[in-house]
Amino acid sequence: MTKKTLTALLVLGAALSGCSALQPPQPWEKGLLAKPEMTLGGDALEGRFDVHILNSKEAASGGSGVGGGGCGCN
Amino acid sequence: MNRLSALTLALCAGLFAALPAAAIDAGTAAPEFQLNGSRGAVNLGALKGKVVYLDFWASWCGPCKQSFPWMNEMQAKYGAKGLQIVGINLDAKRADADKFLAEVPATFVLAFDAQGDTPKRYGVKGMPTSVLIGADGKVVQMHAGFRDEERKALEDAIVAALK
Repeated sequence: MTKKTLTALLVLGAALSGCSALQPPQPWEKGLLAKPEMTLGGDALEGRFDVHILNSKEAASGGSGVGGGGCGCN
Repeated sequence: MNRLSALTLALCAGLFAALPAAAIDAGTAAPEFQLNGSRGAVNLGALKGKVVYLDFWASWCGPCKQSFPWMNEMQAKYGAKGLQIVGINLDAKRADADKFLAEVPATFVLAFDAQGDTPKRYGVKGMPTSVLIGADGKVVQMHAGFRDEERKALEDAIVAALK
């Protein structure tokens, strides 16, 4: 096998697998992600207001933080 | 060069090999564990003959906090009938767990697994996750989450397992 095919194979492997080699955190490893300061957005009061509007319009709650660890029960 | 190409192939294969742990089916033997607990070592094998309600929890998990008073109640209600509740804490830092326990005391057995080895072997998919293990050491059911409306069903499962 030449160096060229080897490089091609490596590039192909990396391209096909993409980010699948990176494992997402396990449910029990989300302690840091569950901290309030890890939520996206800036002002807390404005964020609460936005979530309130979204909940009333969409008739659904949650999704604005990690909280329960992805089981949808928080 | 041949060795290098074999290495490349192995690397490519490795990139695809994601191994999510599968949840345990009912009827299979519950994986053994030995952990440090609040009152000495906690060993699943030593609890054989009792119905074990295993609960994986962490201090940062909201529903876990709600489940603690319920688990205390269950332990008080069915402890004499052969139920042992074991709460396995999965906090990376023990101090976080201690802070939580000062706020929400537990009257059942506690174990600490900061490495996360036990939940990996049990295939925990969400927090909290409970595993009901029969007196024969076999898994009766696994349940993710803790909602108010599920209390009844969980209690019924415990009662059924105690029979």
